[in-house]
Amino acid sequence: MASEGSPKSIAAVNQPEPLLGPGHTFASVTDQISSIVLTRPTTPGWVFGFAIGFGLLMLLNLVVTMLMIKGVGIWGIRVPTAWGFAIVNFVWWIGIGHAGTLISAILLLLHQKWRTSINRFAEAMTIFAVMCAGMFPLLHMGRPWMFYYMMPLPNPMWLWPQFRSPLVWDVFAVSTYFTVSLLFWFVGLIPDLATLRDRATSKAGKIIYGIFSMGWRGSAIHWHRYETASVLLAGLATPLVLSVHTVVSFDFTIAIVPGWHTTIFPPYFVAGAIYSGFAMVLTLAIPIRRFYHLEDLVTKRHLDIMAKVMLATGLIVAYGYIFEAFIVLYSGNQYERFMLMNRIKGPYAPIYWMLIACNIVIPQTLWFGKFRRNIAWLFFISLVVNTGMWLERFVIIVISLSRDFMPSSWGMYYPTRWDWATYAGTFGLFFTLFFLFIRFLPMISIVEMRSLVHETGEEQPHS
Amino acid sequence: MGQIFHRSTNMISRITIFGALLIVGGLGYAIYAIALSPWYTDQNVTKEQPVPFSHRHHAGELGIDCRYCHTSVEKSSFAGLPPTQTCMTCHSQIWTNASMLEPVRESYRTDKSIAWTRVNALPDFVYFDHSIHIAKGIGCTTCHGQVADMPLMYRAGTLYMSWCLDCHRQPEKNVRPKSEVFNPFYQPPSKDHPVKVEDGTEFADQTAMGNYLVKEYHIQSLQSCSTCHR
Repeated sequence: MASEGSPKSIAAVNQPEPLLGPGHTFASVTDQISSIVLTRPTTPGWVFGFAIGFGLLMLLNLVVTMLMIKGVGIWGIRVPTAWGFAIVNFVWWIGIGHAGTLISAILLLLHQKWRTSINRFAEAMTIFAVMCAGMFPLLHMGRPWMFYYMMPLPNPMWLWPQFRSPLVWDVFAVSTYFTVSLLFWFVGLIPDLATLRDRATSKAGKIIYGIFSMGWRGSAIHWHRYETASVLLAGLATPLVLSVHTVVSFDFTIAIVPGWHTTIFPPYFVAGAIYSGFAMVLTLAIPIRRFYHLEDLVTKRHLDIMAKVMLATGLIVAYGYIFEAFIVLYSGNQYERFMLMNRIKGPYAPIYWMLIACNIVIPQTLWFGKFRRNIAWLFFISLVVNTGMWLERFVIIVISLSRDFMPSSWGMYYPTRWDWATYAGTFGLFFTLFFLFIRFLPMISIVEMRSLVHETGEEQPHS
Repeated sequence: MGQIFHRSTNMISRITIFGALLIVGGLGYAIYAIALSPWYTDQNVTKEQPVPFSHRHHAGELGIDCRYCHTSVEKSSFAGLPPTQTCMTCHSQIWTNASMLEPVRESYRTDKSIAWTRVNALPDFVYFDHSIHIAKGIGCTTCHGQVADMPLMYRAGTLYMSWCLDCHRQPEKNVRPKSEVFNPFYQPPSKDHPVKVEDGTEFADQTAMGNYLVKEYHIQSLQSCSTCHR
C-alpha cells in the first residue's frame, strides 16, 4: 500500500482478496472442519442456541395441536382475507430456500469458486427452510389429516386433485424441490461423511457416519461417480431455482385480484427469493464464521460477493415495484390505481413504507465497499432484507385481499397470537435442525475446500 | 483401521436399495387389493336377516314386481322397505303357520317393524335419489345385481364413489329402455338377443342403444360434486 509505481505492488493492489486464508493444506482444512464435529466439545453457546430453537419447536408442537383441535379459526384469517400469515410465511420460507440451491447448483455449473465454503450450510439452510415452508400448506388446510388428497394417489372415489390449480402445482414443485435438494446435499455429503467415519473415535460415530457414507472408499471410480452425480443433480436443481418460486407466484397471478394478477410476478418473485435467501445465508454465515473461527474459510471476500449479489437482486426487486406502479399508470384501470393508492395511504400504509425502506432504500448502502466490508452492518442489512421480504409478502397478500373490487366486501386482517406463535414455531424447527446440523455434520464442504486448496495453491507464488 | 461393518452389508444394501422399488410397489398393490376386496367392501357378502327372505323365490320364481314391496322407488329418493302388512297380504292366506314366518306374524301382532339388516346403504353425506335413476332408464338390477337369483340378499356393487362415477361418466354403458327397468331378467342387447326400444328401433349393441337412449331420455349424467354432496 505504501510504494506506488512498482509493477509488483500494482499487481498486489489489483489482486482480489483470496478466497482462502493463507497457509492452508489439505490436512489443515480437513482438520479444521472435521474437528468441529468430532473433537470440539459441545459449547455452552451451542447448548443455549439449541435450547432456544428447541423451545420454539415445542411451541410449534403446541400450535399444531391447537390447530388440529380447534381449526384455523385460531388464526386471524377471516373473509375477505382468507390468506394471512400462513401463506406469507410459506412464501417467505420457500423464497429463502432458493439461495442455497443457487449457490450449490447454479454456481457449480458456472464454475464459481467462491461457492465452495458456503454451499454446504447454504444447501442445509434450503432443506430446513423448505421443511418449514411445507408446514404451512399442510397446517392451513381445514382438515390437515386429509393432506394426501392433494396428491394424485389412486383412490376409490376416482377423484384427482384439480390439476388446473397452482395450489396443486405447488405440491409438485415444493416436493420436487425438497427431494432434489435433499439428494444433492446428501450426495455432496458422502465423501465428507466418509472422512468423519474414518476419523471418528466413538463406536456410535463410526457406525452412524459409516452407514450414511454408503461405503465410500475414495477410489477413482467413486470420485468419478461423485462428480457425475453432482453435475447431474446440479443440472436438475438449476431449473428448479427458477421454476419453484415461479409456481409459487402463480398462486397469486392466476387470481383476478388487483395487485396479484400481474405478469411481472414470476421473475420478480424469483429475484426476491434469491434476495432474501442470500440475506439469510449472510445471517447464518456471519455468526458461524465468528463462533467457529472459520474466518479464513468463509473470508471477507465471500461476504463481499454475497453482498453484491444481494444488491443486484435487490435492484431487480426494486424494478419490480417500480414496474407495478408503471402498470397502474399505463393501464388506467381504476382498480389497479386504487390498489396502489391503498398501499401508499390506506390502513396498512406504514407496512408498505417500511417495506420500501427495508428492501429498496437501506440496502443501497451496499454500493459502497466500506459498508459491504463492515461485518456488523452487513449482518444488520441481512436482517433488514429478510424483514423487508417478509413485509413484501404481507403487502402482496394481505393488502390486496383486504380491499379488492367491492367496498362492501372490504375487511381488515389482524394477526392473532397463534399466527405469531406458528411463525415463531417454524423458526424453532429451523434452528433446531440447523444447530443439529452444525454440531453433527461438517458445515463446510471438506471436499470442496480441499480442491480449493489445490487450485489456489497453484495460483499463489511460493513465498 | 478395521472394517466397521461385516462384509454381508454389501449384499444387504444392494438388495434393499434395488429392491426398495419392488417393496414399495408391492405395498401399494397390496393396499389397492385390500381396498377392493369383499373383506373391506362387503361386496357379494350375504347378510344375516331376522327372516330369511328370499328374493329368488318371490321376485324370481313367483314373478312379483319390485314395486310391490319397494313402493316409493318411482317417486322418492328412498326406494322403501315394505311394512309387515305387505308381507301379510299373501302370508295371511298361505304358509300361515310356517315357523320361518313367525317373526313376521309377531311383527304384525305387536305392530313393531321387522329389523331388517340394511345391505345397500350409502353414507349420510351422500344424497342419492332413486326416482331420477328409474325415470331415466337405469334398471334395478343394474345397480343391485341379479336380485331374482339371490336366495339371501347381498350387495352387488362396491358402492364406492368410483363405482357411481363409472356410470355417470359413461351412462350409455348402462342405460336400458324404460319399459325394461323393472325386468329382473333383462340382458343388455347382443347379436343373439337384440333389444327393441319404445319407438320400435332394434339394437344389437349396448353402446349404440345407450347413445341413442341418452339422447332420447335427455340424460345429463351430472358429475359436479354438489349433485350428490349437497
